[in-house]
Amino acid sequence: MTAALRIQNLEKEYDNGVKALKGISLEVQTGDFFALLGKNGAGKSTAIGIISSLVNKTAGKVHIFDYDIDVDFPMARTQLGVVPQEINLSVFETPLQIVVNQAGFYGIDRNKATILAEKYLTQLGLWEKRHDVTRELSGGMKRRLMIARALMHQPKLLILDEPTAGVDIEIRRSMWEFISEINEQGTTIILTTHYLEEAENLCRNVAIIDQGRVVENTSTRELLAKSQREIYVLDLVESVKSLPAFERGKWKLVNPTCIEVDISKEQGINGIFRELNQNQIKVQSMRNKSNRLEQLFLDMTTEEEETSA
Amino acid sequence: MNWQQIWVAYMTIVRKEVTRFTRIWQQTLLPPVITTSLYFVIFGSLIGPRIGSMEGYRYMDFIVPGLILMSVITSAYANVSSSFFGSKFQRSIEELQISPTPNSVILLGYVTGGMARGLLVGLVVTIVAIFFSRLSVHNVFVMLSISMLTALLFAMGGFLNGLFARKFDDVSIVPNFILTPLTYLGGVFYSIQLLPDFWQAVSHLNPILYMINGFRYGFLGISDIPLGISYLIILLFIAALFTINLRLLNKGYGIRS
Repeated sequence: MTAALRIQNLEKEYDNGVKALKGISLEVQTGDFFALLGKNGAGKSTAIGIISSLVNKTAGKVHIFDYDIDVDFPMARTQLGVVPQEINLSVFETPLQIVVNQAGFYGIDRNKATILAEKYLTQLGLWEKRHDVTRELSGGMKRRLMIARALMHQPKLLILDEPTAGVDIEIRRSMWEFISEINEQGTTIILTTHYLEEAENLCRNVAIIDQGRVVENTSTRELLAKSQREIYVLDLVESVKSLPAFERGKWKLVNPTCIEVDISKEQGINGIFRELNQNQIKVQSMRNKSNRLEQLFLDMTTEEEETSA
Repeated sequence: MNWQQIWVAYMTIVRKEVTRFTRIWQQTLLPPVITTSLYFVIFGSLIGPRIGSMEGYRYMDFIVPGLILMSVITSAYANVSSSFFGSKFQRSIEELQISPTPNSVILLGYVTGGMARGLLVGLVVTIVAIFFSRLSVHNVFVMLSISMLTALLFAMGGFLNGLFARKFDDVSIVPNFILTPLTYLGGVFYSIQLLPDFWQAVSHLNPILYMINGFRYGFLGISDIPLGISYLIILLFIAALFTINLRLLNKGYGIRS
């Protein structure tokens, strides 16, 4: 199967000497829903900038559906849609003008562009706002407009650079549904996000970039299988003054009615409750402190920092 | 992209540009008309009769072609420099950068938008001039071709300014400190025959002199410069600016990190 995106030894050194990418290689298969994770400044946006021709690379190769972005750039760009991290809309234009113009830049005539505009603006809940000035739209609407704009030429690969940043949970969930539908219809998706539950729920494969290097590149399932520890937060029915000496896990009294427990997979949840029952501590509710991917992400990127320090 | 798609992309940029400057007509079309009307009133109607004739024409009739072309120059230049810099500032230029539209088409699209504004302003100023002068046309082909080529040249100049500009001030420096002095010293208000030999020679270094004289020939049939030289100078500048702009665009100067 043709790879939707193939990156080989990609390097970027800015004029000020900062090495944003130190030879990353990645392959994203056609139809995949791929998460590209990393802390701020890890190199994700630089990599996306290079793929989308907004940043000049120092070295390396990028192929989009086998089209070399240096050699076959018109074909490579035709396959690609990008939703950037920062709002980059022409704010004095209307949403309809923005999306129809975007289609025009790909050679799509206005009649066809208007039909596509109605389709995507409706799907993203913006059709009623099509004649409003973009400057007056809310942040969430602007983000959805950028998604509609990126889809106007019906790209086979869609890169979403933190598309839900600053968006309320209701709209975020509707955006997840929409993006999942697009993926089910065959569009390959690459997603960068700081909401790691977003990546865990949506993406089949994950790469983690840290300090310009790929530190992990695997399936979400395999990555999560590496997680050996879980931290649970327990809300108690009655307050306790101090913690008894438990045999399993690391226990911490957060406040008189809340305990945190860090346990390994082998120890399991049953072991926790056995010990709580032995000490006559009743639990009202229980939740994960952080999701598993978040914990792994922190472990991996912290390890890398410690190694390089 | 095939030719049809390239044409669609080009027309999209042109339409976007024309929509932009017509939407804010109070800022783009009205001010040059008011400014030029004031020139007509002050230099033509009030001071002009005291000056007498210039190369056999009423002073008012002599300055009209220069004033029209001056408005074409400033409008074509300002349109492209401010629009392109605005796109950079808002980062909406990225819409075009990530698309398969060739850089030459991006350049021509913006430049055509600038020409459209320059020529539209020139047309309105010409209509206003009819009320103040005895406007006649000696050679309509020369008048139209010089005005179009001049608009093209300065739209290219505006694009270059837009590429280099890093802040809003950078967009106004060239028009204020280079373009306006060169226009005023390019023979809008006088014939260079009135100048001493040395200053006549210096004036020949000013490219705007060739455009204004060529344009004046189209209206009045008189020029301080041979017409062929005017065309040659304008075409050379257009070719140079087109090449520089395209090279910078291909390198991503000012728009790619």
